[in-house]
Amino acid sequence: METILEMCNITKVFPGVKALNNVNLNVRKGEIHALVGENGAGKSTLMKVLSGVYPHGSYEGEIFYNGQEQHFRGISDSEKQGIIIIHQELALVPLLSIAENIFLGNEPAKFGIIDWHVAENRTRELLAKVGLKEDPLTLITNLGVGKQQLVEIAKALSKDVELLILDEPTASLNEKDSDALLDLLLEFKAHGISSILISHKLNEVGKVADRITVLRDGATIETLDKQDISEDRIVTSMVGRQLADRFPQREPDIGEVVFEVKDWVVHHHIHSERTVINGINLNVRKGEVVGIAGLMGAGRTEFAMSVFGKAYGRNISGEVFINGRKVDVSTIGKAIDNGIAYVTEDRKTYGLNLIDHIKHNATIANLEGVSHNGVLDDMAELKVANEYRRKTNIRSSSIYQRTGNLSGGNQQKVVLSKWLFANPDLLILDEPTRGIDVGAKYEIYTIINQLVSEGKSVLMISSEMPELLGVCDRIYVMNQGRLVGEMPASEASQEKIMRAIIRAEGKAS
Amino acid sequence: MTVETAATQGKKDFKTDGSALKGNYREYGLVLALILIMLFFQYTTSGVLFKPVNLTNLVLQNSYIIIMALGMLLVIVAGHIDLSVGSVSGFIGGLAAVMMVRWQIHYIPATILCLIMGGAIGAAQGYWIAYHKIPSFIVTLAGMLVFRGLALWLLGGQSVGPFPPQFQLLSSGFIPDFFGYPGFNVTSMLVGIILVALMIYFSVRGRAKREKHGYQGEPFALFVAKNLIIAGIVLFLTYLLSSYKGLPNVLIVMSLLIALFVFVTKRMTVGRRIYAMGGNEKAAKLSGIKTERLTFLTFVNMGVLAALAGLIFAARLNTATPKAGLGFELDVIAAVFIGGASAMGGVGQVMGAVIGAFIMGVMNNGMSIMGVNIDWQQVIKGLVLLAAVIFDVYNKNKA
Repeated sequence: METILEMCNITKVFPGVKALNNVNLNVRKGEIHALVGENGAGKSTLMKVLSGVYPHGSYEGEIFYNGQEQHFRGISDSEKQGIIIIHQELALVPLLSIAENIFLGNEPAKFGIIDWHVAENRTRELLAKVGLKEDPLTLITNLGVGKQQLVEIAKALSKDVELLILDEPTASLNEKDSDALLDLLLEFKAHGISSILISHKLNEVGKVADRITVLRDGATIETLDKQDISEDRIVTSMVGRQLADRFPQREPDIGEVVFEVKDWVVHHHIHSERTVINGINLNVRKGEVVGIAGLMGAGRTEFAMSVFGKAYGRNISGEVFINGRKVDVSTIGKAIDNGIAYVTEDRKTYGLNLIDHIKHNATIANLEGVSHNGVLDDMAELKVANEYRRKTNIRSSSIYQRTGNLSGGNQQKVVLSKWLFANPDLLILDEPTRGIDVGAKYEIYTIINQLVSEGKSVLMISSEMPELLGVCDRIYVMNQGRLVGEMPASEASQEKIMRAIIRAEGKAS
Repeated sequence: MTVETAATQGKKDFKTDGSALKGNYREYGLVLALILIMLFFQYTTSGVLFKPVNLTNLVLQNSYIIIMALGMLLVIVAGHIDLSVGSVSGFIGGLAAVMMVRWQIHYIPATILCLIMGGAIGAAQGYWIAYHKIPSFIVTLAGMLVFRGLALWLLGGQSVGPFPPQFQLLSSGFIPDFFGYPGFNVTSMLVGIILVALMIYFSVRGRAKREKHGYQGEPFALFVAKNLIIAGIVLFLTYLLSSYKGLPNVLIVMSLLIALFVFVTKRMTVGRRIYAMGGNEKAAKLSGIKTERLTFLTFVNMGVLAALAGLIFAARLNTATPKAGLGFELDVIAAVFIGGASAMGGVGQVMGAVIGAFIMGVMNNGMSIMGVNIDWQQVIKGLVLLAAVIFDVYNKNKA
């Protein structure tokens, strides 16, 4: 078979991180090629290189498409060649109609005047092709996620697609919609359209893919042919790496249960009929680091935020106990007063005041600690800020450096300082090392170790399984709002966690 | 700890204050701009600007703008805007006139009722902004129309006055002179001297406290120079005012409010929380700050200050007119932005807003004396506002 796409020795470096390291990908004409790998393995980065989001020159290596070397400078370049990418977060404008969305930026127009007649008729044809029975004038917001996905595909077809890239297309679809989508891919294949399918659902991959390329740690591990595809093989290939000395050692000293959640149920903050968290029971002991593993969208962040003063969700029910005493966590203030702290996943949006300096950020969650009767004690605050800057090893010119000018790792240390100073019993860390380099990660792990050795407890959410295995004492596995596994870290392995997730995915989908 | 680490520690802290000082350059620049503008008009008006009577007028004319700028600064730092303050101050002025002149209510309870009414108006608007997330621009635009209309209705389209003489003293009064020295208000001068002494005392004490904790402040020479210059300016202006009628009552009220708001924004937790909220509301909320209540209180505070400004303005004119306060919101907002506040929220200083208001005031005053037409005055003021903000943005991008 003819090759449509060949990516050779792609290397992409971000400050402090090598996201892709000599990656090779070869896609044949008219095949469905699956791309699998853990979160952070480099799948999305590779697709961004291909589609021109990272323009030619910002990476090393060559891209050959239809036999010719390509230098894409932006998405429009790759789209002109028929490479269309559909992202996990759909890029549709909710309050525009299907037809308006499909032809957005590509309107059939003469002298800037849009011919809506043509647009609607062509939309009708496209919708028929993807099997969506909707009026072209229907607003996107009135469609379900599955139908929106089909609109995205129709949009891709309107651009004469040759190579369709789908990033986790079925992540938020139910079984029926997923099957319909996969059938559509098979139909496209019959018409000679090639697809790259990024998916965590290995059963789907097995169903439709002709070949599978496995990425791990930003490198190509192997490309498997259809006859070699088996779940075991893929899982081993995805996670099969040795845990090197990336984690500081710690002697666990674990005491009584400090934090316990019982029958926790949370509903979606907008679609309140949808259950996001479904009956979670978990506990954390004194001096223990407990991990929550799971795929993106498993509901881990939603769980953490709902426990932290109902910062997420609606119709929340269940009970929270601290040191055996039932506590009220109905507002963030009460959660903090009861000894809970939550370090958010997205430190720039939810963690820091980027226009202010380290000192002010470090004390904001516990201003009572540096004030008397509402009047700030400048000297006390200065002392606290300097103390935590030293303790967490924040590298900055001084405590007066704006947090917006710090590197990701140092920003994370400022967020940690803020919550350490609030002196919680339980620290919930949500992806504490996302997007920071290996050295800073080690420092964050050291801080975690130090915390638990002082008798605090840590609940850590992470999508990086080696990190969970290296840092935690015990690991819960979450999938689709439920706990689907619990294991001591000593007995856990990436295979075990993956299996628990995939077993649950299989049941759910 | 070894000697070496202690030494590096000290060095680091010196650096910290060096960069803190850098942050103040803007404020120094603003003061310098005000002084240059004053000198410019002193020259072009052939010395009228600094005449004691004109200086007194300058204070009286701008007091209500400055008082509202204090509240507006908090609103803007919190990430909002209040377009209704001009209408609210006009409405409260009308309310005061109706209560004191038509209903013959004693001026003290009437004043208190007016301030409470201002707070209630701020609460009514703040409620929708804080708890229902209606954009402040829209809520206060509505408020601007509503309270302008209510002021017209309340006064029946007529001017109402005069006010009781005691109430007029709020704007036209001066602090009494106990010495009776002809042509010079000795009490006023003494108040000025005491004020300067207190300022120097606190400044020296603060520095000593920092040094005791091992933190070095700004270089000693700079510290002395800064205090001497400020003391000199305050004493000079007090002297000029004292040689006319003395310190106006409204200047005392205004100074106390400025001091209070500087203290709240710089030294109190509630002030710090407003800055944190304006800088990143989501992060502030997740740090346990009750952002809704804080926003609400910011607007209540603005309402009370708008009411106070309305009372001062009415007392100054000695009558309440339906058009009182028209366009004040623009002067107030301009003052805050000239003073270096960011329209995105989270940035801005009380002293900046006060100096910004004085820059606008001096330009109004100076151009009027020069006989510049009102049309060109508007053009020039608009350009100065734009220039000040462009300068800020340019500096920020360069840094």
